[in-house]
Amino acid sequence: MTTTTATATATATATDDATRIRERALAAARSVTDPEMPMLTLDDLGILRSVEVSGSGAVTVAITPTYTGCPAMATMRDDLVRVLGVAGFADATIRVSLSPAWSSDWITARGRQALTDHGLSAPGRVPVRSGPVALSLMPTRRELHCPQCGSGAVELTSEFGPTACKALYRCTSCLEPFEHVKEI
Amino acid sequence: MPDELDAIQSVADDVVHQPSHPAPDPNDAHGSVYDGLLGGDPSHWAFGTDFEDPLAGVDTTMPEGVDAADLGTYCLMLADDALIASQRLSEWCSRAPDLEDDIALSNIALDLLGQARLLLARAAAADPSLVPALPEGSPVPAEDALAFFRDAGEFRNVRLVELDNGDFAVTIVKLLLHSSARIAIFEQLVDSRDHVLSAVAAKGIKELTYHRDYAGRWFLTLARGTEESRRRIDAALGQVSPLQAEMFATHAVEARVAAAGVGVDPATVADAVAVVLAQVFALSGVDQPTKAPLAAVQGRQGRDGMHTEALSRIVGEMQVVARAHPMGQW
Repeated sequence: MTTTTATATATATATDDATRIRERALAAARSVTDPEMPMLTLDDLGILRSVEVSGSGAVTVAITPTYTGCPAMATMRDDLVRVLGVAGFADATIRVSLSPAWSSDWITARGRQALTDHGLSAPGRVPVRSGPVALSLMPTRRELHCPQCGSGAVELTSEFGPTACKALYRCTSCLEPFEHVKEI
Repeated sequence: MPDELDAIQSVADDVVHQPSHPAPDPNDAHGSVYDGLLGGDPSHWAFGTDFEDPLAGVDTTMPEGVDAADLGTYCLMLADDALIASQRLSEWCSRAPDLEDDIALSNIALDLLGQARLLLARAAAADPSLVPALPEGSPVPAEDALAFFRDAGEFRNVRLVELDNGDFAVTIVKLLLHSSARIAIFEQLVDSRDHVLSAVAAKGIKELTYHRDYAGRWFLTLARGTEESRRRIDAALGQVSPLQAEMFATHAVEARVAAAGVGVDPATVADAVAVVLAQVFALSGVDQPTKAPLAAVQGRQGRDGMHTEALSRIVGEMQVVARAHPMGQW
């Protein structure tokens, strides 16, 4: 009787420990920022897909590239390994999760706010598609507001910006250029 | 005078005798000239200083019922289309008509390079015998060995992507025709039984949508622009369109991987692509190109490794540094 109770208590403690360890790993992984937009964490961007801790304390993190050719993937992986190492997880493996493909819809509310706070325009909802991808020969219509002055009078300069995930805009009210994170 | 000449010669000798700098080795116990830049913080490593398998953690199980060599070759075909198109587009970097288009073309090149990396890695995993042999101990990963250590005749891309860029109109026509075909193929490839191909296709569609729209909009702009821009788009179409048919000609490997539910027979998307392009031509007021397709050479086309001279030149430029340093770490 006494033995059973002791075992149950031990199991409960072990479970609590495992939860605490996982939370610590999760917190560490969540603190890693994007190399190109350091005001956002990988978690804010929806790049961080999962954090798992094995019984032996090995951490496996899954990340998803925003664009196939994203040159920052290696840096993200290195940053995750380094931050997890500092948090006491020497054994960290970073997996690339290609499927499902990243969508700008995965950017969190906090991430969207951080983008706006830093003068970037957050992506709108990705249009739901059925059937073949439609060709669009007119400039993409987006309901955007200038992150500097809030004016809705903006014009598209280019669908391709300084990083793969951004388009270039200009506000015709305050004349400031700004970057818009593209819907994808 | 002779003294002066001697002095000049001795300076010249010094220059010639300077050893060339080896690539920095981060593991070198004596460090490298770049160590000072790092400040002891490992997070300061610049992008791209290491390579690991880009498919790390991806489910790379081989689907059943497909020949591994066929799958590998098919991946090479899709990879080489993207790699060569990417290399061509990146030639515009710093030379495009304006800054926005310079950035746009470089972005598109980067997307295609990303697709090429994954597909080359997949090709190597499916059929390791495709990967060129390198000196023992070479740190060059399989994807790089495939990109930089194959000769032009081993490339499996369609000939359209290797054509010289020509003027901006030629580049736009090439991009329009190629991205239209590639997106249509990827729309079917998402159903591939191969998890990697399916994932690359799903992601690629999102990227190619932007590429095709960009090319289509510029096609319309140039066609409806000035007399000169119209003349150039007409000339570009005449030059590029003979290479269009090859993109939809079924290669035996494509037929087999399509039958196995792993790949796509490009002939099956020809009609869908024609409908999209007809839209662009109609809006632009341009007649459908009627030039006869460029013939195969002894029955062989790009997919068989038969290319135009342009490929050997671009491949030579792309590979020269890597080939000079088969043991290099980048």
